[in-house]
Amino acid sequence: MSRPTPLRDVHESLGATLTDFAGWLMPLRYGSESAEHNAVRTAAGLFDLSHMGEIFVTGPQAGQALDYALVGHLSALVPGRARYTMIVNERGGVLDDLIVYRLGDEEFMVVANASNYEKVAAELADRAKPYDAAVEDRSDRYALIAVQGPRAQEILATLTDADLAGLKYYAGLPGVVDGRQALIARTGYTGEDGFELFVANEDAVPLWHALTRAGEPYGLRPAGLSSRDTLRLEAGMPLYGNELGPDLTPFDAGLGRVVKFDKPGDFVGRSALEAVKDTPPRRRLVGLVARGRRVPRHGYPVTKDGAVVGEVTSGAPSQTLGKPIAMAYVDTGAGEGLAVDIRGSHEAMDLVELPFYRRNK
Amino acid sequence: MSDIPDELSYTKEHEWIAGLDEAITVTIGITAYAAEALGDVVFVQLPDAGATVAAGDSVGEVESTKSVSEIYSPVGGEVVEVNQAVVDDPSLVNNDPYGEGWMFRVRVEGDPEDLLSAEEYTALTSGES
Repeated sequence: MSRPTPLRDVHESLGATLTDFAGWLMPLRYGSESAEHNAVRTAAGLFDLSHMGEIFVTGPQAGQALDYALVGHLSALVPGRARYTMIVNERGGVLDDLIVYRLGDEEFMVVANASNYEKVAAELADRAKPYDAAVEDRSDRYALIAVQGPRAQEILATLTDADLAGLKYYAGLPGVVDGRQALIARTGYTGEDGFELFVANEDAVPLWHALTRAGEPYGLRPAGLSSRDTLRLEAGMPLYGNELGPDLTPFDAGLGRVVKFDKPGDFVGRSALEAVKDTPPRRRLVGLVARGRRVPRHGYPVTKDGAVVGEVTSGAPSQTLGKPIAMAYVDTGAGEGLAVDIRGSHEAMDLVELPFYRRNK
Repeated sequence: MSDIPDELSYTKEHEWIAGLDEAITVTIGITAYAAEALGDVVFVQLPDAGATVAAGDSVGEVESTKSVSEIYSPVGGEVVEVNQAVVDDPSLVNNDPYGEGWMFRVRVEGDPEDLLSAEEYTALTSGES
């Protein structure tokens, strides 16, 4: 039985198609997922992301504990700022990708994927034991609502006095939105400007309605996980379970920049990652654009002259490009002339650099 | 609740068949229920006109943002016409599944696969949702 978010009744009243995702009952789409995708690119979309996990790490040594537990240098983070980082195992394999917010000198919030947060919370608690820091999984108390798109700031500004214009990308501050306490973060997973609002469960429904009313003149519409997936794919953002997993290091995924070897002290995975950091990976993550209309999908083989040279990790029709696109791990040196085996038919693909889409700033 | 017109016949694979009673040439498409379940259709592959198909054959595919499904011919015979408009604009499947979103026409030879009445198809889909 899937767990509902605090917004389940709202989704049902909007006629959403609900789906199980990582044990949660989530809106897949409300109507046309293409229209939801386009709304986020051109106006704004409203997302329920309450399935994400919120793990708090607090105490005098919270920063040092996270420096040891994660690959990033979190003790160097300024309060009010956030970092994209990862937790890896001793072999350097990725257990999850995370956003860590520093809320205060001794308070951090780690946001983990729905499929992983229980595992991440347990790992963090274990790794933090030698430190004067407490780890608490508060995922059950928080809802997360995102407003994403070029009109997001104008919409949110009608409901809060917080200094949104002064809030940088990857920053977060406590504020009041429509009379409710929220952590307002300028983060997202769509390739657009936007905000993520962490609120208490009981505030989720009234906040959703307030944002819906405020966004109506700007073309805001509710958007489900289907459009979230195509938006992040166009933006070249990895998804855990597709582009990231325990058998891949951050370097394999082309994200070695998140590993901070120059931070003080040891960290879990350091020796394994030191050993591979200068070794070119056998495969690298690339973008593929289909010449035809058939869609490459997760798990399909990438071929060249009939031989398998890689595997698709994510694929979908791209609204923005008007063509099917995919991310894939492909042998380094495979070069051009790639195809994807789409149920027996080798469909020609053009190799492109990621991301597929970058917004105009 | 999806629209399920009374005058059509249906299959368990969520296709509809029009014209069974009055003609030997029938028109086939996918139901509103199937179109809603798929989401936005982005690609339709249909059989070639002139092809001979057997009842139950996989003759094409319909692909949406999230998934791909096969199209089966519920009847055997010769494919006499395919809807090029739906190939060019797959959104017709979502916008008008029983009308402009039709897929192909077959001149029927032999008996069709087990077909369902609108009432039976309604029972099938309400059981699944």
